[in-house]
Amino acid sequence: MAAREVIGGRRFAKAAERYGIVAVVIVMMVFLALLQPEYFLSVQNLTNVLKQIAMNSLLAIGMFLVILTAGIDLSVGSILALAMMAVAMADKAGWPWPVVLLIGPGVGIIVGAINGLGLTLLRLPHPFIMTLGTLNAVRGLTNLISDGRPISGLSAPVRFLGSAQIPLPALGPFGAIPVSAFVLLVCYGGVALFLRKISVGRHIYAVGGNPQAARVSGISVDRILILVYVMSGFFAGLSALLLAGRTDSGFPNAGIGAELDAIAAVIIGGASFFGGRGTVLGVFSGVLIMGLLRNGLNLMNVSVFWQQLLIGIIIILAVYVDVLRRRAAVRTEELTQSRATHWLLRRRRDLDSRSTTT
Amino acid sequence: MDEVADAGRKPPLLEARGISKYFGAITALDGVGFHLARGEVLGVVGDNGAGKSTLMKILSGLFQPSAGEIVFQGDPVRFASPRDAHRIGIEMVYQDLALAGNMPIFENIYLGREPGRRFLGMTIVDQERSRQMAAEHLDRLHIEVKSVDQNVEDLSGGQRQAVAIARATAFDARLVIMDEPTAALAIKEVGKVLDLIKSLKEHGVSVILISHRLDDVFYVCDRVMALFRGGNFAEAALRDTSRNEVIGWIMGTKGHTAALAHDRVQ
Repeated sequence: MAAREVIGGRRFAKAAERYGIVAVVIVMMVFLALLQPEYFLSVQNLTNVLKQIAMNSLLAIGMFLVILTAGIDLSVGSILALAMMAVAMADKAGWPWPVVLLIGPGVGIIVGAINGLGLTLLRLPHPFIMTLGTLNAVRGLTNLISDGRPISGLSAPVRFLGSAQIPLPALGPFGAIPVSAFVLLVCYGGVALFLRKISVGRHIYAVGGNPQAARVSGISVDRILILVYVMSGFFAGLSALLLAGRTDSGFPNAGIGAELDAIAAVIIGGASFFGGRGTVLGVFSGVLIMGLLRNGLNLMNVSVFWQQLLIGIIIILAVYVDVLRRRAAVRTEELTQSRATHWLLRRRRDLDSRSTTT
Repeated sequence: MDEVADAGRKPPLLEARGISKYFGAITALDGVGFHLARGEVLGVVGDNGAGKSTLMKILSGLFQPSAGEIVFQGDPVRFASPRDAHRIGIEMVYQDLALAGNMPIFENIYLGREPGRRFLGMTIVDQERSRQMAAEHLDRLHIEVKSVDQNVEDLSGGQRQAVAIARATAFDARLVIMDEPTAALAIKEVGKVLDLIKSLKEHGVSVILISHRLDDVFYVCDRVMALFRGGNFAEAALRDTSRNEVIGWIMGTKGHTAALAHDRVQ
């Protein structure tokens, strides 16, 4: 009986681990709706939140894939800037828009491949080092090609992904859903399916859990590592398209420090920094928590400095909750085991006494 | 060619000739050779650093030999990766088990060989089928687990060992190499693993067993081979040797141990 209760508790703990973060998002939304009823729930504000989180959410989903392998990609902010400048310059030079649109993700894929190849071919001891190198090198390259000057005024098709809205009269006179929200939906849905259903996606979890196990199972660990950095670069390039569209420009200082926001979102979303653990839903919740926090504090006219402070505290709290949860899980485990041993010992005693009496 | 002379006699399942392995200036293996018949259980003994694990990692495709060749059923083979070794039916159970603790049992068993539909060079994994196959396979091996969905990190040492063996035998294995499979197990679990080895042998699967526990070697093996400082030292059919002689081999002594062999099996 007792053992069954413990197992039930464990099942509950597992569900809490998976969906607890979503509950946090909902609580935050309810809280903000109560505090700022006339502003927060307005269609305009919610669309704004969606537009604002678009960039970080794309960087975060790429970062998540890298962190799943126990890696880190510090270069995503710089990739964003380079891709954005390249897009703006190509557009200004009058290149056809389909080519311009391909340039964003293309630049990301190339830098991501350099990260992955550098890490695996040069056998650098940690991805921190390789991507710290590209963080600087790519930012420098961005300034070199643009001469450090921003470019504004892009053509309409290039702006589409980042700024267009699909009107939805059902939501009221200003009702509209930004196209970037669809981009997010497709990316997150795609990555979730990829990680759950495709062998390579499962191999990413395996590499993060135990690279040796992956290696002896015939999985090419190097190929998986290159793949996740390429994907991270791709999403950074895609977010460059969205940001260029939203701001109608390209500026070489875009995305400075953006890699840290992406890492924060992934960690707040419950992914393990040591690899192998985390969900797409968690990452999205992490992005939303950061976005809602900024939005709520803005609505309440709290200064940006407080926002920084709070986000810092939340990162620490989120990981501390994770530590507590893991400790609790170990305790439940010990409890079940000690109960099982007790039961075995008692049974052994019963049998012994029976055999001596007969 | 020798084959003419050997005509009519089947080649051994596996033969290693002059295998050497250097790590920089260190010689881990120096011209090691041996052979293994179908359904034979070969015990490999030797002190720490004798080269047992290195030899096995070469046989399983994880390391490439610096010199020498591996002959499988009469044909020379080269393994660039464990996948090549898997392809001809050589599987290995590693001492550290090499399981991904963050993943469930069934995924560990089919890791890298997931059942499902091939699509553009990838596999769309059929998780349901994988679960079912894993449960059936574990049943065949008489391995009990609560559920194939349990994460491996939640299992006991013996259960993990069982999952590792289940993974090695999930596909048609011709040769299973086990590196210290009983070292970390409770006594009750040791018997289960050894019986598992015997049943593999009955099914015609060859086994190479690395073990420090001579009890295990003398319980399941047909033949025992000793490595010493990276080279062949001695080998004998189990009925022609004794525990003390084998202990002498492990320590690198021969000959005078016969006098010490007072527990020789008559």
